[in-house]
Amino acid sequence: MQCDICGKKEATVHLTEIVNDRVTKLHLCEDCAKDKGTEMEEHFGLGDLLAGLTDLGSTVEPEILGTVKCASCGFTYQDFKKVGRLGCGECYEAFKSRLGPLLKRIHGADRHVGKVPIMVGKTVKDTKTLQELKSKMDKAIQEENFEEAARLRDMIRGLEKKDESGNARP
Amino acid sequence: MNVDDFLKQDSEWLKGTGPNSNIVISTRTRLARNIDKLPFSGRASKKELEIILQDVKDAALSTGALKDAAYIRLRDISEVDRLFLVERHLMSPEHAQDVEHKALIVDRRETVSVMVNEEDHLRIQVLQSGFDLKSCWHILDELDTALSKRLAYAYSPRWGYLSACPTNIGTGLRGSVMLHLSALVFSGQVNKVLQAIAKLGLNIRGLYGEGTEAVGNLFQISNQVSMGIAEEEIIDNMERIIRQIIAREEAIRKAIVLRNKEALIDRVSRAFGTLRSARIITSNETIALLSAIRLGVDLGLSKDIDRKTLNELFILTQPAHLQKLEGKALGSHERDMKRADLIREKLK
Repeated sequence: MQCDICGKKEATVHLTEIVNDRVTKLHLCEDCAKDKGTEMEEHFGLGDLLAGLTDLGSTVEPEILGTVKCASCGFTYQDFKKVGRLGCGECYEAFKSRLGPLLKRIHGADRHVGKVPIMVGKTVKDTKTLQELKSKMDKAIQEENFEEAARLRDMIRGLEKKDESGNARP
Repeated sequence: MNVDDFLKQDSEWLKGTGPNSNIVISTRTRLARNIDKLPFSGRASKKELEIILQDVKDAALSTGALKDAAYIRLRDISEVDRLFLVERHLMSPEHAQDVEHKALIVDRRETVSVMVNEEDHLRIQVLQSGFDLKSCWHILDELDTALSKRLAYAYSPRWGYLSACPTNIGTGLRGSVMLHLSALVFSGQVNKVLQAIAKLGLNIRGLYGEGTEAVGNLFQISNQVSMGIAEEEIIDNMERIIRQIIAREEAIRKAIVLRNKEALIDRVSRAFGTLRSARIITSNETIALLSAIRLGVDLGLSKDIDRKTLNELFILTQPAHLQKLEGKALGSHERDMKRADLIREKLK
């Protein structure tokens, strides 16, 4: 369909106007539409982030892992497919090979960015420190600096012990 | 404070104030949170559900924001009362089902509420009048931080805040903005906007009615993505996109006043006429007519009524509110008559 105004370009904007009770339909190309003050495309044509996102039921791929059980609550992936809800927080780890791709489809990401709760905030920080210390220790061993490696090892042990004793529900 | 006390006051979100309140009715932000080491509510035992209720109650009522809040065990109130709380947007329709181990915590101004044992252990929400996502998020963030000092949240560095549904994982944050887009609907452009929004990771639906056939031209826009993006960015993205929609709605409103003023005044006057004389009126017809009048008020074409009264009518004419006002259960036909009576009285 060609533009009603210039008659040259393809009409991509379809406009229904009611002026004093008379309905007029206009088919415009992008340029003429802009001139007419309907710059919709400019604002809303952007981005195609989540196009094709379908509902949970159909995005979940067929069985295979259907029998894997969450060690904490006993939920299976089949159960999740049925109700669309997980059994407990541990389910995310238990089904991570299936949930990862699903989360990517829903959110475009499968990793958290953002707020960290205060109570576990400390533990998360410790985990990061732990990883740093471990890589430092590996480096020290490679350089045969065993004295430094032993010092780092003790620090790592200290942190690991703290992690085990903390963060448990009374 | 009990449910009846809410009837005597106006909900904060219906005050008709705040930024852009000519187009935006209300702004809401909510967080999904769960307590560590316990199954999600749908999978928890009765005993575990009771532990959750007690833990959340103790934690919530000892935070500053919820110190004087009402703690409502949903099994202790009537079905009409539960529907009443849903109509006031203090809890979800789902929360009004299977109520044995559920509770609602609401502050006195009806700005902050916590659903306990909905699909997540906690659904914390902040609801305000007008368009202010940042302030809504700020209040919610502070309350969440205060609660996290008293409750061990289920959290993992990789997955973020663990939630029963994967659509809420990560930040657990959902912002929703309720808009009155009557000019976009009037000019037939609303579907285009709706389609574009979906592509930008936002979700839009009519507040009443199905699909895009929204009764009363009221739409709710919310974010779909909760993972892989920080809270402030979610809020910021939503705000930018919704600002554009507001600008578009405003531009069309101006154009309508210029080109279709008579037609618009005609619609507003007819809406008044119907509401002032009807003896039997359904909820949907009421909402549609109130929408027409609202546009007239927003454009300065109608001075007979203010936005606050419109909002008041909007909420009071809903089924559970009518029954609360009457103090008894009413059938559908009786409600339609009582609704018409109430409207005639208010518009006298």
